Amino acid sequence: MSDTWAGLLQVAALVLLLAVSYRPLGDYMAHILTTKKHSRVEKVLYKTMGVDPEADQTWGTYLRSVFAISAVGVLLLYTLLRVQHHLMMALGMPKVNADLAYNTAASFVTNTNWQNYSGENTLGYVAQATGLAVQNFVSASVGIAVVATLIRGFTRNRTDRLGNFWVDLTRVLIRLMLPFSIVFAVILVACGSVQSLGDHMTVVHTINGDQSLYTGGTASQEVIKLLGTNGGGIFNANSAHPFENPTAFTNLIEIYLLLVIGFSLPRTFGKMVGSHKQGYTLVSVMAIIWVGSLIFSTFFETHHHGINLADGHAALEGKESRFGIPASTLFMTSTTLTSTGAVNSWHDSYSPFGGGAAMFNMMLGEIAPGGTGSGLYGILILAIVTVFIAGLMVGRTPEYLGKKIRPTEMKYAALYILTTPAVVLIFTGLAMALKGETASISSGNLGPNGSPSPHGFSEVLYAFTSMGNNNGSAFGGLSGNTHWWNTAGALAMMFGRFLPMIWVLALAGSLAKQKPVPETEGTLKTASPLFAGMLLGTILLVVGLTYFPALSLGPLAEGLH
Amino acid sequence: MSSNTLTEAAPAPRAPQQKPGGEPHRVGGGFLDPKMLWKSLPDALKKLDPRVMMKNPVMFVVEVGSALTTYEAITKPSVFAWVITVWLWLTVVFANLAEAVAEGRGKAQAATLRKAKTTTVARKLASWSPGNSGAESEVAGTELTLGDFVVVEAGQVIPGDGDVVEGVASVDESAITGESAPVIRESGGDRSAVTGGTKVLSDRIVVKITSKPGETFIDRMINLVEGANRQKTPNELALNVLLASLTIVFLLAVVTLQPMATWAGAAQSLVVMVSLLVALIPTTIGALLSAIGIAGMDRLVQRNVLAMSGRAVEAAGDINTLLLDKTGTITLGNRQASEFVPVAGVDKDALADAAQLSSLSDETPEGRSIVVLAKTAYGLRERHEGELAGAEFVPFTAQTRMSGVNLADGHEVRKGAGSAVMKWVRDNGGHPTEEVGSLVDAISGAGGTPLVVAEKAPGQPARTLGVIHLKDVVKEGIRERFAELRQMGIKTVMITGDNPLTAKAIAEEAGVDDFLAEATPEDKMALIKKEQEGGKLVAMTGDGTNDAPALAQADVGVAMNTGTSAAKEAGNMVDLDSNPTKLIEIVEIGKQLLITRGSLTTFSIANDVAKYFAIIPAMFSVVYPGLHVLNIMGLHSAKSAITSAIIFNALIIIGLIPLALRGVQYKPSSASALLRRNLLIYGAGGLVLPFVGIKLIDLVVQFIPGLR
Repeated sequence: MSDTWAGLLQVAALVLLLAVSYRPLGDYMAHILTTKKHSRVEKVLYKTMGVDPEADQTWGTYLRSVFAISAVGVLLLYTLLRVQHHLMMALGMPKVNADLAYNTAASFVTNTNWQNYSGENTLGYVAQATGLAVQNFVSASVGIAVVATLIRGFTRNRTDRLGNFWVDLTRVLIRLMLPFSIVFAVILVACGSVQSLGDHMTVVHTINGDQSLYTGGTASQEVIKLLGTNGGGIFNANSAHPFENPTAFTNLIEIYLLLVIGFSLPRTFGKMVGSHKQGYTLVSVMAIIWVGSLIFSTFFETHHHGINLADGHAALEGKESRFGIPASTLFMTSTTLTSTGAVNSWHDSYSPFGGGAAMFNMMLGEIAPGGTGSGLYGILILAIVTVFIAGLMVGRTPEYLGKKIRPTEMKYAALYILTTPAVVLIFTGLAMALKGETASISSGNLGPNGSPSPHGFSEVLYAFTSMGNNNGSAFGGLSGNTHWWNTAGALAMMFGRFLPMIWVLALAGSLAKQKPVPETEGTLKTASPLFAGMLLGTILLVVGLTYFPALSLGPLAEGLH
Repeated sequence: MSSNTLTEAAPAPRAPQQKPGGEPHRVGGGFLDPKMLWKSLPDALKKLDPRVMMKNPVMFVVEVGSALTTYEAITKPSVFAWVITVWLWLTVVFANLAEAVAEGRGKAQAATLRKAKTTTVARKLASWSPGNSGAESEVAGTELTLGDFVVVEAGQVIPGDGDVVEGVASVDESAITGESAPVIRESGGDRSAVTGGTKVLSDRIVVKITSKPGETFIDRMINLVEGANRQKTPNELALNVLLASLTIVFLLAVVTLQPMATWAGAAQSLVVMVSLLVALIPTTIGALLSAIGIAGMDRLVQRNVLAMSGRAVEAAGDINTLLLDKTGTITLGNRQASEFVPVAGVDKDALADAAQLSSLSDETPEGRSIVVLAKTAYGLRERHEGELAGAEFVPFTAQTRMSGVNLADGHEVRKGAGSAVMKWVRDNGGHPTEEVGSLVDAISGAGGTPLVVAEKAPGQPARTLGVIHLKDVVKEGIRERFAELRQMGIKTVMITGDNPLTAKAIAEEAGVDDFLAEATPEDKMALIKKEQEGGKLVAMTGDGTNDAPALAQADVGVAMNTGTSAAKEAGNMVDLDSNPTKLIEIVEIGKQLLITRGSLTTFSIANDVAKYFAIIPAMFSVVYPGLHVLNIMGLHSAKSAITSAIIFNALIIIGLIPLALRGVQYKPSSASALLRRNLLIYGAGGLVLPFVGIKLIDLVVQFIPGLR
């Protein structure tokens, strides 16, 4: 079977799997987020935590709960990394230095999983499993809790109560993330992924003599890395490593895992607001962007005429020959359009436009389908901006799902669309202005005699785009483990994660206080192809245009001839 | 409004009255007189004051940019720097000009109003109670306060707003309404309100002053048309937030671009950076936003409607439910004869003849309509009273409830309410058949009013001839108008004092969605509250004092100028023409205002694409020649490209001022149809137009030495 056919089949299988999951998973998540019943385990947990599960919170309290668990998460993870040499199964790894520990803690708590280290040389099993993996579970669940609150903003009226964070978090963890992870970890193990608490495994008689291989709880961490759109691998090679992602089949499973929650959440949304069409509208916009981006980058990877000419016209440098180009671009597109950031190929080695597509995917705000929860709230904010402009054009005060978009709502939506570009552009500009920090750019990516090159700039732009959008994938090459990059990166990740959450929750609070506006013939139909088209246009124009000047100095300058 | 008052100094002639249900109509506004641009220039320049500009974040950024490039042009002079500087300043001036022109039209109207506000001497009464007037003293009109009583006689100007408490007078209100025909104002009832500045033409009235000095109706009108305390409306505020955030995003994109460009060895001059910024931020809508708002209010003023706040105008666009009074809005003021229904054995012509005879002296509109029907439908020549020498006309009285005529030959004809006429027939020896009763019931059931006609020939018993069907005449085209409203998602509710049966018939004929029969003010209030409970916005008109609570409760309450001051106080709009149909136009103006804002915002954002294709290759194709591919317009040089983009950006503002003042075309239709249309024109148009415009400008600009 040719590479192309294998790729097409994989895409077809993936789309089929996602389509089949859409309804049951979406409905199940809606059930988790709305049911009044608590399971026995949950009741015990609430008692232990001292939480009254029936007490709904205001948006401010909800936000403080999010901040509290995140702050505790950062502190715990930081401490764990600093003392890991005292822990069991440390495999002789020394303690992680302060700024890297800080960067890593911020990275995993913010669902970014930017890694300025390689796991197999830095972390023991306990730090991996009780530190990183725990945050992978929690940060992914926090995203879903926050979007649940925003949806409640639409469904609830004349109230300031938006749900209970601890209940939402517990339910998502216990009823969704844990069972899914267990099932799929077993599947991955069955397909050849490793899972072991033993010390390094020694493989004898290789060409270079004996090799000592790191194993760890790879399969179990792999699942939540993808399902929770985290992306931080056990191994530096991430999903290109055969222990994490052994076969084409596991590759398909992994892509499915990183997309499935994001693509099913619109169903949850539709179910909760009582109109499945609203969900279909959003999911179709997500799907169009995803498919469009996939076609775009696959085309440029297979019609390559840059320096990486390797196999015919295909850019195979940095790609696993086990997967080939289509399965690599499929993974790349999916990982950058969600906030995952796991990689099965090296984005740095992509053709200029292929790598540019990866960046642009993230720049759109990771909304197609985006991270767990964060993707949906991202596209909902853009829908609100679209509703506002479109609503004016039909001659009414804009309204979305029966809620008016007034100055207050617009303020939070505007702050949201302002925040991430601000973080990305300010940090990138800052890095480029600082002579010492541009030194982190890989010299191999610079022009002759270390002269500036578009690709060199792309490394920096990619890095902050990835961190600001909580993606976590890297453009390779950049030496990020320096004092400045660790600190700036951690700040970018925290701003990029928590500022938008403030705006989303405040928006939810403001929406929930309103009384609903009845729908009439004069109301803008937000479940229609026309609206979907306009939403797509707004995403490309309002968000995409912001980055055009910066992109012109990177991928565009590199790729245009 | 006639041309001698409010619009006297305004260049815009008043738009002709819309016929209800006319062809696709445009909520027109004034036109832009090029002279207005020139006249408003001093005002536009005054607005360059940064403290004023601060209120408009988008244009403030442009002004700061202009100042920066001016500095650059002075310190490092070049043709390019100066051309850009000049056009950037022009961009700011054009924006101010748009606002100044819009305000200028209001100012002209205000000047005319001020003339009506000449100081008057008031004849104040020390006290007043019915039939008892205190001592009279002369004070300045401006010194009157709430609760004062003043006497006004023929030829005198009423010194302040108030209600007539004694007497009746004809008043010339042309100073406010523009209507030169005098109106009657009398104590009690719904016609008691008088407005300061209007003139009493006859008789003497005592007025109780209801306004504080400086807060009279005219004062408020002047403030309104001048936009003195114009506050931003909710949608305008929300749009401002969006525009400000886009401005900040692009400001960041441009500021952070410099270090990136510097690293690449393509550091840009300040002039180029400012140009990029100005090209990207939404200057088009930023420049026109306040002009659109002012012009929206102005369009209402041109229709003789005074909105007390811009908020009310915006709310009008959001209306879900319209409460419309039946009489005058849905039906013509009076009932008209539509048919003569004879009883068995009576010829139609005989009935028509008798009906006409009995109505000859009946000067009520109903009576005249009977004569007209007899003539048009039955070819009966109109007879004159003089023809029937010796005829004695029996006028209608509340006791007899019928009218008629006794001819010289002893022939008698009567028409009137069924029971009254049948009693007359019986009293005169006749025996009305059962048939009459069923005819009467049929007409009542169809929503009409039956008038029974009977005659008595000399020496014979009286007999009934038949029934005249009087019915409410639904205004021509109103049905189509309601269908349009329904398409717009607006529900219409007819309010009437008729009984439910009659109301239902008229409601069906007119095509309203619902009706409220035998409506009392309390019923209206309850209906409004019920609708609002479900989140709907309600608009209504009213004139009486008992309408005041409902007017205040409604989201848009339009008080008739003929109404009481309590009603005018309660509503948030006053219709000087006192035309209840106006409500529909008000809704359309409200919608048009929002559509204009939305469309120009879309246009403004879509414009950015072409500007990128002009400016980005101009900036960076020196270091990265590949970027020259982006110069798809084939612009002459880097400098001409940037100059062309900036000139286009400035000229489009001037080009769109007429559209901003007039409002985009609005045809009542469903939300989807409106969106599709506006998206096509202003979205797709906004994408394409600048490509063409910039290219055309470049074709000229490239010949300027220094820009090659």
